[in-house]
Amino acid sequence: MNKYLERLYNGLWKENPTFVLMLGMCPTLAVTTSAINGIGMGLSTTVVLVLSNMMISALRNIIPDRVRMPAFIVVVASFVTIVQFLMEGFTPSLYSSLGIYIPLIVVNCIILGRAESYASKNPVIPSMFDGIGMGLGFTVGLTLIGIVREILGNGSFFGNTISILNDYHITLFGLAPGAFFVLGLLVAIMNIIRKNMAAKGKPLPAVQGCLGGDCSGCSLSSACTGKSLVHHIEELPPVDPKDVAKPQMQKPEVKHTANAKNSEDVEKSGSDSSYADDDVEGKEEDK
Amino acid sequence: MSYFTGLVLLLVASAIVNNVVLSQFLGLCPFLGVSKRVETAAGMGGAVIFVITIASFVASLIYKFILAPTGFEYMQTIVFILVIAALVQFVEMVLKKNVPSLYKSLGVYLPLITTNCAVLGTAINNVTNNYDILESVINGFGVAVGFTIAIVIMAGIREKIEYNDIPETFKGSAIVLVTAGLMAMAFLGFSGVI
Repeated sequence: MNKYLERLYNGLWKENPTFVLMLGMCPTLAVTTSAINGIGMGLSTTVVLVLSNMMISALRNIIPDRVRMPAFIVVVASFVTIVQFLMEGFTPSLYSSLGIYIPLIVVNCIILGRAESYASKNPVIPSMFDGIGMGLGFTVGLTLIGIVREILGNGSFFGNTISILNDYHITLFGLAPGAFFVLGLLVAIMNIIRKNMAAKGKPLPAVQGCLGGDCSGCSLSSACTGKSLVHHIEELPPVDPKDVAKPQMQKPEVKHTANAKNSEDVEKSGSDSSYADDDVEGKEEDK
Repeated sequence: MSYFTGLVLLLVASAIVNNVVLSQFLGLCPFLGVSKRVETAAGMGGAVIFVITIASFVASLIYKFILAPTGFEYMQTIVFILVIAALVQFVEMVLKKNVPSLYKSLGVYLPLITTNCAVLGTAINNVTNNYDILESVINGFGVAVGFTIAIVIMAGIREKIEYNDIPETFKGSAIVLVTAGLMAMAFLGFSGVI
């Protein structure tokens, strides 16, 4: 398989951002009231992701390492603004139904995550395909969740009312609680699949987003709030375990000190191994 | 309706009726990640109240006196995200130097807040709804109080859930999401209040 197809396969299936990595949960919950909204949100995120991946990859040798996060944010925010204006002009109804979640694409973990872990290290064309794969994977995820919620909550499929389903629809699934229920079930199903795959000896990549139980999974919190934005801030003192009741809160601190010591550690903190560690610790706590 | 009554209604609406987590889905990350114990949840809530209130104030000042007069309204997303990121760093520095006791209780949570889309979302909502500066601050405060209410209740429930016999597959974030769904159902009951 050539490397471009491999990138597409990776985004759509192997590391699907919605189902496997569980990234970008804010828009996933908020806009999936119907399948059309899911597609709209997914495609606009894809456009931003592809353009920002290409731009960041083209500028990867120019952007100094220590200001890379603010630079990435400016690039992403610029493309989001452009997409926002295009949608306002050409798809006004979709624009009004997605509302505030369009500007919030800026803080979507997927985009900065791909910029940090792929586009800033690879040439333009592979980065573009990476963006297309991840973006389409996200679109498929949102659309599938949207289809489920639309059928359950509204008895319709892509806006076409189906009379049998409409007689038995549960309005709750179109509202806020339904979003939480559907996602909760999805996580439970993925837990089963994860277990089976691990038993077969082919473990899935670890959950990276907020659902991993730790906000430090998002590249924004590990890099943007580290020492990269304002570099001369003094080191945070190491957290005394007595001050913090909860072991989880110490992890970001440990990462920040590591960030300051060595920029290579920043890259390591973005790799899968650290998430896997987090996951294991989380499970131990549960027991 | 006087201006003052409007402000009170706005506060109630943003804190409870349109709860930021349970009906707008903003700030889910800390809601799921930092809600294992009531103490830490309350600390996170305090830090969020602090940051969102200041950020709404600063963002609406910048919009009113810099972006709007110069015709750069379309730059709001870029400007707000940078201002918020810088603001969190700045607040952290000021607290550390001047109010060490507050820094000690809120400090660890501050770095987690930049990721919180509720901060950016509130700043953009203030502009979209044409709130003036006082209304923006009240709205920001209300949103953050709503977040605190939600996360503290969630932490209380999770402390109890730990001792329950949950099916293996629902352990971890799945049961938390289902619980959040039940809480969202309860909060739906407020939707007719205002």
